[in-house]
Amino acid sequence: MTEPTFAIHSGPAAQARLRRRYARERRFKLMCLGALGVAAIFLVVLIGSIVSRGWSGFLVTQMELTVTYSPDLIDADSPRDGNFRMIVVEGLQQEFPEATDRSAMRALLGLVSNGGFIAVRNAVVDDPMLIGQTVTLWVPAASDIDMLNKGYIDRAAPEELRRVDDQTMAWIDRLEADGKIRTGFNWNFFTTGDSREPELAGIGGAILGSFWMLLVTFLVSFPTGVAAAVFLEEFAPKRRWVDIIEVNINNLAAVPSIVFGLLGLAVFLNLMHLPRSAPLVGGLTLALMTLPTIIITTRAALKGVPPSIREAAMGVGASPVQVVAHHVLPLALPRLLTGAIIGMAQALGESAPLLMIGMVAFIVDLPSGPLDAATALPVQIFLWADSPERGFVEKTSAAIMVLLGFLVVMNGVAVFLRQRFEVRW
Amino acid sequence: MVAVTQATARERDASHADAITIPAERLPELGGPVKMKARGLKLWYSDKQALAGINLDVPERKVTAFIGPSGCGKTTFLQCLNRMNDTIEGVRIEGDVTLDGADVYDRSVDVVQLRARVGMVFQKPNPFPKSIYDNVAYGPRIHGLATNRGDLDGIVESSLQRAGLWNEVKDRLGEMATGMSGGQQQRLCIARTIAVSPEVILMDEPCSALDPISTARVEELIDELRDNYTIVIVTHNLQQAARVSQLTAFFHLGRLIEVNDTAEVFQNPGESMTKDYITGRFG
Repeated sequence: MTEPTFAIHSGPAAQARLRRRYARERRFKLMCLGALGVAAIFLVVLIGSIVSRGWSGFLVTQMELTVTYSPDLIDADSPRDGNFRMIVVEGLQQEFPEATDRSAMRALLGLVSNGGFIAVRNAVVDDPMLIGQTVTLWVPAASDIDMLNKGYIDRAAPEELRRVDDQTMAWIDRLEADGKIRTGFNWNFFTTGDSREPELAGIGGAILGSFWMLLVTFLVSFPTGVAAAVFLEEFAPKRRWVDIIEVNINNLAAVPSIVFGLLGLAVFLNLMHLPRSAPLVGGLTLALMTLPTIIITTRAALKGVPPSIREAAMGVGASPVQVVAHHVLPLALPRLLTGAIIGMAQALGESAPLLMIGMVAFIVDLPSGPLDAATALPVQIFLWADSPERGFVEKTSAAIMVLLGFLVVMNGVAVFLRQRFEVRW
Repeated sequence: MVAVTQATARERDASHADAITIPAERLPELGGPVKMKARGLKLWYSDKQALAGINLDVPERKVTAFIGPSGCGKTTFLQCLNRMNDTIEGVRIEGDVTLDGADVYDRSVDVVQLRARVGMVFQKPNPFPKSIYDNVAYGPRIHGLATNRGDLDGIVESSLQRAGLWNEVKDRLGEMATGMSGGQQQRLCIARTIAVSPEVILMDEPCSALDPISTARVEELIDELRDNYTIVIVTHNLQQAARVSQLTAFFHLGRLIEVNDTAEVFQNPGESMTKDYITGRFG
């Protein structure tokens, strides 16, 4: 009796083959999972290191200061010109009567941030009736005190190697014991511009600068990119010059961004004499950089619209322009917007081209329009990362967290748009 | 030199094909007016010849069925009737196609108007991803057939009624057309075509994606539409051709092998190739 032919798929040999096959598949899946794990670890390390270094950047150390607006030191006619340093010193001397000599008074002044003097001044400028009265204010502490309070200064280090001397540390400990030191949320971080003092520096200016810049980028690159893509994809004859344009666009998308910065410098600044450091110029430069991305994603979105829809429209007598305007473009819109948003997110994170067009300046004022001098989020990060002060380390990481937050939000919006509005067939 | 060789090879192919494809003088008497006419229609996709000089008369207000194995050129020929293959890269066309005696490939013909007169229903139901109403209203809107909302409502209703869909959808005209069943979608596509008031309706295997019940409904519909429209239908389903058409044309390898009254073609085919095909011996 001969064995039936189907036995080749049963029996121990077949079982062994099957086991080997499954073992191979398991190994393959494990490798994929491992790769994912590596990527996840890197992400966790990146986010973890940024957050652990940057979270305290959102906090600020404040101290309670009781000052007397003595009429000797401040003139009711021009309260702005009062001797506020003296007012603050006298207030602190109430706290620490032992500090009488010049060096001790200078040390007292060192406790308070420049922003503290401004706060003391603003209080009386806002309300001149305070002259002659004693007021209690919470004012920002100096950067070194901020660092000490946040634990970034090693108290055990020898005094000559420490940013804060023993005397100051003793004062701070006394203030702390009296409940006159507190840590608050640093709202100013989001509303103010750059500053030489880390405790006063904010990213408000950089956020506004980035906003104006992205607005210009979007207004320029989106309509131009979409129109160019529609022409290339839908109307352009399949000729040699169209192929050449296509290759060039794909190449442009891979050009290093610094090259676009050089182009912006040459064209917008040197040739057209637009204002230096302005978001307008930054936006135009980034628009050049984003344009190829938008053209490519738009063409992909247009290609993704099934030919059956075009045929249906043509079949009832729609003209080629109507086919595109009534059917193809609306159907491609969610994916097209997604592409545009991702392009914008790229532009938001770009710093190299902005260095070339002078947006890397130290700018304290908030830009009120696209023509004001401004900086941008990534450039602000670059500037702070370059600063020697200890206080800017946490600001750098905090600014990175804000930038990442914006990027996450933008990409989230892109995903939402795609899922919410994309038509499926 | 090479080019000349190719040209002569193509010429030889074509002349060889011409010898088999039905010459104009051997076309059957239709016993009624002719709506569309093709004479010596040749078509190339780049270098590949897909149609080898087709001669065919399409009778008015009747159903003409095109049958033949895959790749025989029947869909290509159908697309020539309303110039749907204009947009395909590398297509070259020779010969004449006339609608009411006027050449549709003439320079003066606006292809948008031609497609309004010669509508098309496709193999796969392809409603626009819009509401049922908007699907039917789209054609009348772009051609400016309705001056006000009431007119448009009227066109939509009568089109859906003629497509036998009105009772099923009258309460949900605002719903997405893509949510309907395949058979309903295809009848909606027919309603969309009718809404433009075409004279000829081309159907490219309209039932190939439908189940038998939906197919039966569409076939009934085709039978009713014959009173008002000239219909040309491409089908792989020979029973369907026999059921719905009055004239049947058999294509093979880009040539028209036989054309005659449907009953004649199926019961008494004139060509052995036709006989082999309809009896399932090849194809």
